[in-house]
Amino acid sequence: MKSTVIKEPSMVQQKEMIADHFQQLAEAAEHGRKVVYTFVPGNLTELMLGFDTLPVHPEINALQSGMRKLSGSYIAAAERVGHSEDVCTYVKCDIGMLLDGNVGPTGKKLPDPDLLLLSYTGCFTFMKWFELLRERYDCPVAMLHVPYQADGEATEEMIAYVARQLETEVIPKLEQVTGVAYDRDRVREHMLRSRVAEDDLVAVLEAAKHRPSPIDAYFGGVYYIGPMFTAFRGTEAAQAYYRQLRSEVDARVAAGQGPITPEGLLDEERFRIVVEGPPNWTHFREFWKMFYDEGAVVVASTYTKVGGVYDRGFRHDPDRPLESLAEYCLGCYTNLNLPSRVDMMADYVRDYAADGFLINSIKSCNSFSAGQLVMLRHIEDATGIPGGFIETDLVDPRYFSSSNVKNRLESYFQMLAQRSSGQEVESA
Amino acid sequence: MGVEAIIGRCQGLLEDLDLACVSEWKAAGEGRKAIGFLPVYVPRELIHAAGALPVGILGAGEELEIVRGDACFQSYICHIPRSTVELGLRGKLDALDGALFPSTCDVIRNLSGIWQLMFPEKEAIYFDVPQNLDPQVGGVFYRGLLAEIVTRLQRVVGRDVGADDLRAAISAYNASRRLVRELYDLRAAEPWRVPTSEAYLLLRAGMRLPVEEHNELLANYLTAVRDEDRALRDNARIVITGTFCEQPSLDLIRTLEHAGCYVVDDDLMLVTRWYGPDIRTDGDPLDAIAEAWMSADDETPCRYVADGTRKGQQLVDSVRRCGAEGVIFAAPSFCDPALLDRPMLQAVLEEEGIAYTSFKYSENTAQLQPIREQAGTFADTIKLWSDA
Amino acid sequence: MKCYVGIDLGSTTTKALILDEQARPRGRGITNSRSNYDVACEVARNEAFLDARFNLFEAAISERAAGIPGAEALPRALRGDFAWEQHIHLQGELEATCRVEAERGPNREAVAAALGEVFEQMTADASKLFGPDARPRSDFFRDVAGAAYMRLAQAAARRHDLPFERLLGIFDKSILVVENHVPEQMLAERIERALERSAERLELSTEALATLRELVEEVVGEPLVEDVSVGTGYGRARLPFPRERIRSEILCHGLGAHALFPGTRTVLDIGGQDTKAIQIDEHGVVTGFQMNDRCAAGCGRYLGYIADEMNVGLHELGPLAQQATKPVRINSTCTVFAGAELRDRLSMGQRREDILGGLHRAIMLRAMSLLSRSGGIHDEFTFTGGVAKNAAAVEALEGLVDENYGQRTLNISPDSIYTGALGAALFALRSATEQAPVGANGGTR
Repeated sequence: MKSTVIKEPSMVQQKEMIADHFQQLAEAAEHGRKVVYTFVPGNLTELMLGFDTLPVHPEINALQSGMRKLSGSYIAAAERVGHSEDVCTYVKCDIGMLLDGNVGPTGKKLPDPDLLLLSYTGCFTFMKWFELLRERYDCPVAMLHVPYQADGEATEEMIAYVARQLETEVIPKLEQVTGVAYDRDRVREHMLRSRVAEDDLVAVLEAAKHRPSPIDAYFGGVYYIGPMFTAFRGTEAAQAYYRQLRSEVDARVAAGQGPITPEGLLDEERFRIVVEGPPNWTHFREFWKMFYDEGAVVVASTYTKVGGVYDRGFRHDPDRPLESLAEYCLGCYTNLNLPSRVDMMADYVRDYAADGFLINSIKSCNSFSAGQLVMLRHIEDATGIPGGFIETDLVDPRYFSSSNVKNRLESYFQMLAQRSSGQEVESA
Repeated sequence: MGVEAIIGRCQGLLEDLDLACVSEWKAAGEGRKAIGFLPVYVPRELIHAAGALPVGILGAGEELEIVRGDACFQSYICHIPRSTVELGLRGKLDALDGALFPSTCDVIRNLSGIWQLMFPEKEAIYFDVPQNLDPQVGGVFYRGLLAEIVTRLQRVVGRDVGADDLRAAISAYNASRRLVRELYDLRAAEPWRVPTSEAYLLLRAGMRLPVEEHNELLANYLTAVRDEDRALRDNARIVITGTFCEQPSLDLIRTLEHAGCYVVDDDLMLVTRWYGPDIRTDGDPLDAIAEAWMSADDETPCRYVADGTRKGQQLVDSVRRCGAEGVIFAAPSFCDPALLDRPMLQAVLEEEGIAYTSFKYSENTAQLQPIREQAGTFADTIKLWSDA
Repeated sequence: MKCYVGIDLGSTTTKALILDEQARPRGRGITNSRSNYDVACEVARNEAFLDARFNLFEAAISERAAGIPGAEALPRALRGDFAWEQHIHLQGELEATCRVEAERGPNREAVAAALGEVFEQMTADASKLFGPDARPRSDFFRDVAGAAYMRLAQAAARRHDLPFERLLGIFDKSILVVENHVPEQMLAERIERALERSAERLELSTEALATLRELVEEVVGEPLVEDVSVGTGYGRARLPFPRERIRSEILCHGLGAHALFPGTRTVLDIGGQDTKAIQIDEHGVVTGFQMNDRCAAGCGRYLGYIADEMNVGLHELGPLAQQATKPVRINSTCTVFAGAELRDRLSMGQRREDILGGLHRAIMLRAMSLLSRSGGIHDEFTFTGGVAKNAAAVEALEGLVDENYGQRTLNISPDSIYTGALGAALFALRSATEQAPVGANGGTR
């Protein structure tokens, strides 16, 4: 591998978008902009843009604290004020950051929320999280209850329930906080832009079907989904970003190139892997290196679907904005039942011609993790491929053991190699 | 029937991990079905109305050795799903024809999917109680959900469920809730008369017996126990909170009592005493059940506390109403709802000057010595304060 | 002879195994793992080569010198005397290092005097440790010398009015120094001295000795050529091997178990801080595996804690547990709480044997859940690793396998601790015969 850091235009573009967003947040009070705290899964960005609000995503703050090696002390601070060592470290990291003055990644204090938009989608802890934040901020909470797709589909009743909540709970509270009236056409316009960008994102993710894959759909993937899953879906900036990204990925496909890693282009794809579960953030680079050092490329991942499962066909539909937002919330990955998740993983293994699949089991996240060992067995049965299993956490540095994870990953990759050389011998 | 005989019977039912009592009930009538349910809340009326027996699935306590259940869960997941899977794989849930999984937390939610994958021949109904309490929004959704569950139950039992069946079920459970409230009121007033170990066993019996039979048992107990001559001890009156899902063992409950605590309120077996007044039996019964849920002000960590309501107020009210002197936070290890709520509830207690202590357990915690010491010290401290 | 060496660098012990070109095991060596991985690896390798020479010698005697009086007993005596020689040498190094260390603190004279007495007595006692019937409690210098030193230093400290901690500190620092370099081999000299000692002990005639010495010299001179070596084990990434000469312990245990028992389909390995459940096919190729989660509960190290807590030797745990009449149910094998839980139970009056009986079952329950995660237990089932030597653990496992899977053939090799090294050596041999790089990573496409 060439150890040259590659910076593509899309990377610069994304960096600027994020910097601009945090600048706006820093100046929100000056400009009278209202700030809404909300979560990535089931985020109602087009709607929020329609009210000219600025979103803050606490779980993004937490993961950035993890990457900046601050999460350990934040978590410790939260545990000192009575939070259990057993519970979600995103929550504790956020609480700890708040106790420490709520200073964001740019070094400036994040503005307090004017509204807590609790999109209660696919994660029980979200509800507790905003109950906890409400104790600290004197602001209203708009609670959007998104039912679980327990039987593998979003029914008419579910869609109607969520859409009704948007009408009767979310929109009135946004109106009340911002003083802006709901403008259906404005939201539709944003949704139109979302659609275009969503098409491009899907093209980028599906480019991994090429051999070699031009992208890493997990470690690289978290960057690709960034704008779509956060403040930018439905903006012109996001539209431009995904157009640019797609052209870069297309160019790599045409050149027969592999993905870009922090140490340059990966020149030999040895293993094609599908991954279930979020990444670890405190050792993100180190974790990634354990893959690319072995020539392992993640060709599909479920984590990149937590903010929307676009590759299975969903698109925002400007013709029925509220119903479409409801469908979007209902369809986020963590709101899917276990059989659907097994099917999705098995489909990915087949559609992306993967050599293996791995589950990164996250201590913090019961929504993801409870049942993963049962999923493992069923995915193995469906694909005939043995799965790998590792355990880490989102942002708790105490829960990432490098030697442990490396040992398991190496063992897994070597097993895959032995299997495939064995099969070659048999077929020869 | 005397107290001892009643409690003996309840103890037998608690230990009936094979659900022999359920099999017997099923065998006593043609085509009888049994439907399991997990904590915290399901409308048992629907199951009863379908002519089926609602059966609580509450883990396996401390006796069952977990072999295969552990293979399905990482070390940081609570215990109840392990024992549930273990029971299922060992055929100890064979008497059940299906199960309801309420929206208690992500683990119970995902357990519904595990059930779908492992026991596809048994109906698995996820029960998503609405968190939006607007009758026109959450109410409409919930009414639809209840109707959907009735339809699915009809498929299981192979017959239609009429409005009168539902009304009869509502009446039976109204009676049950009245009796349970009477039991709780009696215990709060005279805790030496109703040990919590007994109250708990009585409620657990309701997780196995048909409601009518259980009502009789409760009524008999309430009569018999008033005639018992039981000594008043100088115990501390405490409220237990956090025990709404994975159950503490009976030994753990007894340990708290032996350590000098009178439990005057708790959140054990919440399914038996949800809602305030009776559910109405006139009009559309599903509307009535939905209304009861929407208007109930019961607070648990599994239910969103709307803006304008003080989180933890119910706990404070319970302490005041029952004349409690302190609160014990007893949460299952890795229980997200209980543990995430805990700092908020503790803050409220601090504001109100109510003493508390906290520990974690799991349903099979065998080492009770540390808990005995902690609860004993807590009770002693409370007594010291109140004497001073 | 061309040799193919497998080295398994585990968390507590490092093992080496030598195969010849026909894949026959020729020598085994083991040492305690230590902070310097290179040294542990080199020591284990030297021990394995030494073992190979002794094995050659044994074969030579039975083929060519069977009739000579006393010859039959010589190999065994020679091993003992050679080990003694090695021990004396290391002890000399230890003493010298201790004396340097002693110069760095107060009471130098008293300390020097105390050390002199301690080492004098240790030398005198050493003969008992290495006689023909001696059974030292450990094979490792660190343990043997440490136990003797601790015992003698206590009395010496009292005599010289020194704090015991001072002598303890000197030992702790010095043993690290001694253990972190590879001791000189000096094979020819040392074997000559050992031979003289053995000859005297066995009362060999001058004539017999001359013949046997020729054989010894022949074996010592036999060129053992290390053709390829492969490393594995928890610490493999730190082995002084090129990347393509390193294999995961999963692959090595799978192949090793297959070599020991070709019918193996499922392997359970319980090592110091890892438990592995491995499924293999009829060629010993791994088809699936699971390792214990982050928690070390239920691994060998946990038994170590228990042994320390109960103040018994690790090898005594199993026999004690087997005397359980009513094993206690233990629901948690949490290593952190193990000590407190034990003390609680003992204070409640539960019998030590019954607690241990329950503990062994609890450990095996964790192994069962891992096996189930990996795909169950298929016939035949091979149990490897240090814990496989513990009879109570084996008994508990047998019961659980029977209850949950029915009849299975359970294989346990007396050499099971070398399973990973054997697998590694087989990979080394395979890479040499296939003329292909052994690196698993090289293979796919």
